[in-house]
Amino acid sequence: MAAEIYLNVAVSGVLTGLVYGLMAVGLSVIFGVVRVVNFAHGEMMTIAMYLAIVLFNGFGLDPLAMVVPLAAVLFALGYAMQAGIINPFITRPEHSQFILLVAIALVIVNVLLIVFGPDAHNVQTAYSFDSFLVGPLIIDATKAYVGAATVAITAALFGFFRLAPLGKAIRACADNYIGALVVGLNVKRLYALTFGLGAACVGAAGSMLVLLVDVTPALGPALTLLAFIIVITGGLGSMPGAVLGGVLIGVTEAMAGLFFTPSAKSMFSFALLVLVLLFRPQGILGTRPS
Amino acid sequence: MIPITTNSAGLTRRAFAAGAGAAGLLAVTGTPFNSVRAQGGPLKVGVLLPRSGAQAGIGQDCQRGVELAPAILRELSLPELAIMNADTETNVEVARARAEKLINEGAQLLVGAFDSGQSTAIAQVAEQKGIPFVINIAAAPQITEQGYKFVFRNFPTAGMILSDAFANQKELFEATGVAPKSVVFMHVNDTFGTSMQQGINAVMPRFNMPYQIVEQIAYDPTARDLSVEVAKAKATGAQALLMVSRLNDAILITRELVKQRWSPMAVLSMGPGWYEDQYLKTLGKLSDGPISFVPWYDPHKRLSKQLDAALAKAYPGINMNTNHVFTFEALLVAADAYKRARSTDPKALADAIRTTNITDNVSIGPGIQFNDKGQNDKLKNAAIQNRGGKLLTIAPKEASNAKPELPMSAYDRRG
Repeated sequence: MAAEIYLNVAVSGVLTGLVYGLMAVGLSVIFGVVRVVNFAHGEMMTIAMYLAIVLFNGFGLDPLAMVVPLAAVLFALGYAMQAGIINPFITRPEHSQFILLVAIALVIVNVLLIVFGPDAHNVQTAYSFDSFLVGPLIIDATKAYVGAATVAITAALFGFFRLAPLGKAIRACADNYIGALVVGLNVKRLYALTFGLGAACVGAAGSMLVLLVDVTPALGPALTLLAFIIVITGGLGSMPGAVLGGVLIGVTEAMAGLFFTPSAKSMFSFALLVLVLLFRPQGILGTRPS
Repeated sequence: MIPITTNSAGLTRRAFAAGAGAAGLLAVTGTPFNSVRAQGGPLKVGVLLPRSGAQAGIGQDCQRGVELAPAILRELSLPELAIMNADTETNVEVARARAEKLINEGAQLLVGAFDSGQSTAIAQVAEQKGIPFVINIAAAPQITEQGYKFVFRNFPTAGMILSDAFANQKELFEATGVAPKSVVFMHVNDTFGTSMQQGINAVMPRFNMPYQIVEQIAYDPTARDLSVEVAKAKATGAQALLMVSRLNDAILITRELVKQRWSPMAVLSMGPGWYEDQYLKTLGKLSDGPISFVPWYDPHKRLSKQLDAALAKAYPGINMNTNHVFTFEALLVAADAYKRARSTDPKALADAIRTTNITDNVSIGPGIQFNDKGQNDKLKNAAIQNRGGKLLTIAPKEASNAKPELPMSAYDRRG
């Protein structure tokens, strides 16, 4: 087999993995701060994907141009969910939170099923079938645009948490809940903002992922599972870990498909997860609980 | 008159005689202690299809065949069917559970379920409960090799499809003077796909085909991204693709062929996916060219024209295909059997189906008859090519309505 095929497949895996990473960043941000595991994560992403399809079919709006507006819509949804439904469960046992979020996930899947039906929906833009020739490499244009947008969004998010006062306040809540209360931070509001930010990541990722995969209501649970594999591999609560986990899973699946049999590529991402859990249970970039 | 009482409970001799007579009558007729009843009401037919999940598009396409059936059956003077719809959710276990539920709710005959895995599960339930099951579409040979008494299939097995497919391919290669020397065989990794893969390996050597299979690639039917699979296929340098697909993966593979700038000489499909309306509509000009070797309708048959006209009226712009034809024919078998059995008794219905002889039908071949195993072994395949959003029959010659175009035009020269 020619050498360029390995490079082609690796590049494709990295670009797809970046989008997976952005989706997982949302999950990691929410858990890192609010300490609630969002079991409706993939389902929220399918909401963003369907919204992107509605905007494209109804108004001809390119999903790439809709990344910011859809992130804003999902931010509002996430904020409202946290403030209205999830907040009373913050201090309750984890199994209560689990059941609540699984229930929300089920509701989302079924509402989407009622509204959009079970058919697969997709978006075909003018550049859907384009590719770039870079020497021996053939790079999928859509994946390249989506990968670049993901890098920009993730960098902006890192910048926000490192530099912006609000980002620092959220990190303070994550580091020391009591301390944050003592210094007068409005923790409830910050939690809602954090959930909103996590949902905004999902909105942005969904708006881009719809360019790469067809969406059905049944896609939600599969994306939730994928997000969990990624964040556990990268380190639950670690933003760089989520991006790294996404890229690792993307490349692992792509390479496994090339070297072994494509039908078993998911097995390799689970194998990677098992290895990480065995030898570094906190994830590649995660920290051990003190 | 002085009443004659026989016991302290107040039962009269007259009442006793009447009761004994009624009991005797019941013992002879069986009613109401079992479900046999004379023909009068419609036959309750449970139709199981994958209306959601990965096969939703195809399941809903099959449903069109269900919707068209009542009016045509009425015109054929066949009895009315009461359709009970159920969604298998493209899931074997759900298919099994739905079949049981339908039977519990009174279904007297089952039809379905497009997919071999789901149909296998339903067949087990039908056989266990003693309810006739007419398979519309499912090709795994083992379904009718189990010695079942209540399972019937008016659809060719994988072996039959493949034998016809290779024969049709040779006919096309001869007619066009163009034949690939190497192919990559890509197939879905489900019950149908693996049955076809085993069948191809067993049947192909008998046909002395002009090409070699240089690589076999199995992939997940629910895959979201098939770029690696296509890259791997392209890297072999094969001239053509041999496919066993579903709908969503056929669309994904075509997109990747375009993106990865690979135009094979031919896409030879031995299953669904490449001729579905959703495939044609989603891909537009890029859907032209693939040739599918599938159980099909004979465009020259009277009932084909009637079904096609009904489809065009009910669903303008939708091309008639395997899904409509074989789902309709499954209901045709059910109605015909009910008419002859004159009963909803499952055994009587099964016996009637076993002696089916419908020659006024839609699919290619002499008609609908079942062998001892419950299999219609007289069905024939066709080769159909997508051209300009239409499905043209290009082989066998006696059922064709167009000439083949090989090699197919390159994707980057379609404007």
